[in-house]
Amino acid sequence: MAGTGGMTASALPAARPEPSIASVSDYLALLKPRVMSLVVFTALVGLVVAPGHIHPVIGFTALLCIAVGAGASGALNMWYDADIDALMTRTAKRPIPLGRVAPGEALAYGATLSGFSVMTMGLLVNWLAAGLLAFTILFYAAIYTAWLKRLTPQNIVIGGAAGAFPPMIGWAAVTNSIGLESILLFLIIFFWTPPHFWALSLSRANDYARAGVPMLPVVAGAAETRRQILVYSALMLPIGLLPWLCGYTSALYGVMALIGGAAMLTFAIRLNNADSENAAEQAARHLFAYSVLYLTVLFAALLVDYGLAWSFGRIAW
Amino acid sequence: MNERPDDSKGVVLTPEQERARRSRSIAIALALGAFVVLFYIVTLVKGPGVLNRPL
Repeated sequence: MAGTGGMTASALPAARPEPSIASVSDYLALLKPRVMSLVVFTALVGLVVAPGHIHPVIGFTALLCIAVGAGASGALNMWYDADIDALMTRTAKRPIPLGRVAPGEALAYGATLSGFSVMTMGLLVNWLAAGLLAFTILFYAAIYTAWLKRLTPQNIVIGGAAGAFPPMIGWAAVTNSIGLESILLFLIIFFWTPPHFWALSLSRANDYARAGVPMLPVVAGAAETRRQILVYSALMLPIGLLPWLCGYTSALYGVMALIGGAAMLTFAIRLNNADSENAAEQAARHLFAYSVLYLTVLFAALLVDYGLAWSFGRIAW
Repeated sequence: MNERPDDSKGVVLTPEQERARRSRSIAIALALGAFVVLFYIVTLVKGPGVLNRPL
């Protein structure tokens, strides 16, 4: 228990712990609802654009399992990282550092929800989707949180895969397979994650340094982080276009991906060329905010494209 | 000798702790109820094929 083991002995529960004062909202906060909303949205897109039919109730069940599984991995993350969360401004008000939820409660909560979400997915949808969901939870909780996060500045690059699996799970829920199309959706989120997260970590470098987390700005400095953000943003442009280039979408998606990717690259260039610390901080904030919009628009474009193709046939370029 | 705390009354909850426990209990009840309803509806949706789960 490296994470909670990092807490001082005085912070550990006494022989007879105080009765809990945790409210329902504390338990909801453990699920990281903001992260969950993007996960559910990308999973929905994977589910909708997948070929084949799924009964709406089964589709809803799949999304519910993905949402609960994502939340469960968030709770496990907060359990393990409670010691470093307490040291960082952004995370100090999470339920465990505040003392509202005991670490053991968060662990039991995360583990229980993980088990229920995976088993329900397997029993009511299919076991491939359930296996992918289990792997995603394990990847986020064990590979990213417990291993990579405190080990390497590439933590978010590799760990970002956990956030990239949901559309693939949605796809597998419908098709009971993993198609090339779903791998493209995975790649989009995988390459989007580093510039998104590094933009955030640029303005939180002191926090990460205090907590001893080797985020890229702490280990390699702000200039190298800005350069890497630029590289990944440049890669994002063609990767965002891949679904169209491979012939899976119409020109409508292609145009949206081109404009969105070009804007992302522009924000990254502005960040890389910032001539003062203030300008760089502002550019990083803009890039972070835009990156969320970019991914949302990209996946919304897939949905719209699919809807138009379904209603009116594919729009040829 | 050290004095031991009086355990004869068990754990006495403060009003805040009681409120929190009640809201947690209601949330757990609702979640379990929703879980049962979900399985019931899926059973209706899948019909006789409910036991046919692709591996």
